[in-house]
Amino acid sequence: MNAELRSLRTEAETALAESFAAARNSLPGSATVKAARERAFAAFEGKGLPHRRTEPWRYTDLRALLRTVPPRAAGAAAATALPADPLPGLDRARIVVVDGVWRPELSDLAGLDGVTVTATERLLAEGDERLGGQAGRLDDAMVALNTALMAGGVAIDVPAGVDINRAVEIAHVTTGAVATYVRNHIWVGAGGSLRVLETFVGADAAYQANVVTEAVIGDRAKVIWAKLQAEAASSVHIGTLAASIGAEAQFDHLTLMTGAALSRSQSFVSFGGEFARAGLFGATMVGGRQHADIMLGVDHAVPNGASRELFKAVMDGRAEGIFQGRIVVRPGAQKTDGRMMTQGLLLSEEATFSVKPELEIFADDVQCAHGATSGQIDEDMLFYLLARGIPRAEAETLLVTAFLAEAIEGLGDEAIGEAFEVVARDWLARRGRMVAP
Amino acid sequence: MLSIKNLHASIDGREILRGIDLEVPTGQVHAIMGPNGSGKSTLSYVLAGREGYDITDGSILFDGEEIVETPAEERAAKGIFLAFQYPLEIPGVATMTFLKAAMNAQRKARGETELTTPDFMRRVKTSAEKLNVTQEMLRRPLNVGFSGGEKKRNEILQMALLEPKLAILDETDSGLDIDALRVVSDGVNALRSPDRSMLVITHYQRLLDHIVPDVVHVMAAGRIVRSGGPELALELEANGYADYVGAAA
Ligand SMILES: Nc1ncnc2c1ncn2[C@@H]1O[C@H](COP(=O)(O)OP(=O)(O)O)[C@@H](O)[C@H]1O
Ligand SMILES: [Mg+2]
Repeated sequence: MNAELRSLRTEAETALAESFAAARNSLPGSATVKAARERAFAAFEGKGLPHRRTEPWRYTDLRALLRTVPPRAAGAAAATALPADPLPGLDRARIVVVDGVWRPELSDLAGLDGVTVTATERLLAEGDERLGGQAGRLDDAMVALNTALMAGGVAIDVPAGVDINRAVEIAHVTTGAVATYVRNHIWVGAGGSLRVLETFVGADAAYQANVVTEAVIGDRAKVIWAKLQAEAASSVHIGTLAASIGAEAQFDHLTLMTGAALSRSQSFVSFGGEFARAGLFGATMVGGRQHADIMLGVDHAVPNGASRELFKAVMDGRAEGIFQGRIVVRPGAQKTDGRMMTQGLLLSEEATFSVKPELEIFADDVQCAHGATSGQIDEDMLFYLLARGIPRAEAETLLVTAFLAEAIEGLGDEAIGEAFEVVARDWLARRGRMVAP
Repeated sequence: MLSIKNLHASIDGREILRGIDLEVPTGQVHAIMGPNGSGKSTLSYVLAGREGYDITDGSILFDGEEIVETPAEERAAKGIFLAFQYPLEIPGVATMTFLKAAMNAQRKARGETELTTPDFMRRVKTSAEKLNVTQEMLRRPLNVGFSGGEKKRNEILQMALLEPKLAILDETDSGLDIDALRVVSDGVNALRSPDRSMLVITHYQRLLDHIVPDVVHVMAAGRIVRSGGPELALELEANGYADYVGAAA
């Protein structure tokens, strides 16, 4: 027992080191990219997998939870039968990414006139200088691991002033027990607008998806961004969004977490220009032995920014829900307005919800607040519905849907909101069938 | 219709109903009056099937059937309706969604077909107009932002739509001004029928000027201590509950 303890690798860490050693020469990218991979892997090795003494990961001890790591996905799976549409009825363009590889023949890019969609592979080969601009700011072992091994994904480039009305989805599909390290980019130029979805589904297999999406949202741009994490039951999902938003931009972001055995969704949003507004919303619905962790970092680096954070979590069975939110107001970021609220609803006595909100304020003329509540379904409300003859499962569904609705509607996009509410109701209906006698 | 015998109920080990005997025949309206804290609301909750009470003794027969163990939602489907003393505000649940869910759930439980949307809308519109429940109220989340009087009117709207066999009205008059009291009473009176019974719980006699009961019971300290005709209400109004509070304790 000494300082050398760190050098004892876990089985998963060993597998990752072997994976990188085997792939380092064949991974895509220019010389600059290759050098960045080496630096990133060295950084990852230095830290190892996050563990309970890694403060931002204290509730998700990957060193303990991640026993093994499957092999890296080796190119596109031949399978063309995609899992059922996770958002039926929602009109949107789809960029389908199977095991990390963009499959244009499965995609539908109609309605994206003026927008460029490029495979990440090409940007890596070209050494596009925008790569890593956002993720590079983060000090996070899993982001570093993604940088070291990144392969696959797409870049969506919306030039200045281009207003795209049709929603566009990056649909991530994993077909077997592989590890993926997808890297996406979304660039929205000044005054542009975009409605974007990231969805995650997969075949019933113990896959591990580590995805990083970098976003640069220009001045006065307007972006609606919804993420649906509906991964397969035995999978691991580690997703990171690293975004910066320009002056007077509006950014609304909703994360719905319902799948995966172990999931962590991180959103880091940095205010790069004044008078920008960000709405960050979350709805988690987990049960069984699922572990779902949301990490939010909001960096008010400039004055006059406003952010609203509302995260709701419904936990059933023995699920563990976690929300960590950190709002930083940098020196000089006066008139910042930040309000963070977290609410947990426990449907079972064995479910847990851990919340760690943090405000770090280095400016004096700001309005910031945070609050958190956690509780069960309100017995009085439930009785009111039962007394009208509404069966218990249906009454609970009404109350839980109502609980989540505030966060889902916060996104401010009716069509996407409705599609996500259907996902919530389906989850509750499955739960209802499980608890019914 | 309703036959309660020697009903004892306690909560957290404290006995609140201490031997209630009450018969409400089909088609009759009975009033229960009594001082605050005598157990009137508790009786209404126990009849509606709220959890959390220990029924330590006695029975509740509804249409001849023991319902002490029957869950609340099944009692509602059998035709028991409780108008709450304090109707709940339920943010995020639209009033119309709630009304439709309740009506269809009860129909389903009774083996009837679900209402079509036009049929449902028509029924709500007809009943709502009679009770001055506006379209704007119906568009709001259930009871959210409703005044006391609006909530009570919404309770009677639900009663009208659900057409129960037994309606229990718990202090439906409290918080109502004289005009609202008239609207609510007219709504209730319109629902009086030879095959519907009502149990009207009130603290004050004035509601009974509008909804004239067949029988008046006095409840004190968890028991029915006296029963009589409508004139009993007037006597209570004149003399207050002082006699009963002392006697029953
Ligand atoms: N949930 C409860 N827990 C403990 N005591 C209660 C509860 N509800 C009611 N009581 C008590 O039971 C008694 C009767 O209450 P209630 O039925 O509301 O009377 P009423 O409606 O006649 O005013 C009161 O003393 C009240 O404090
Ligand atoms: Mg009462």
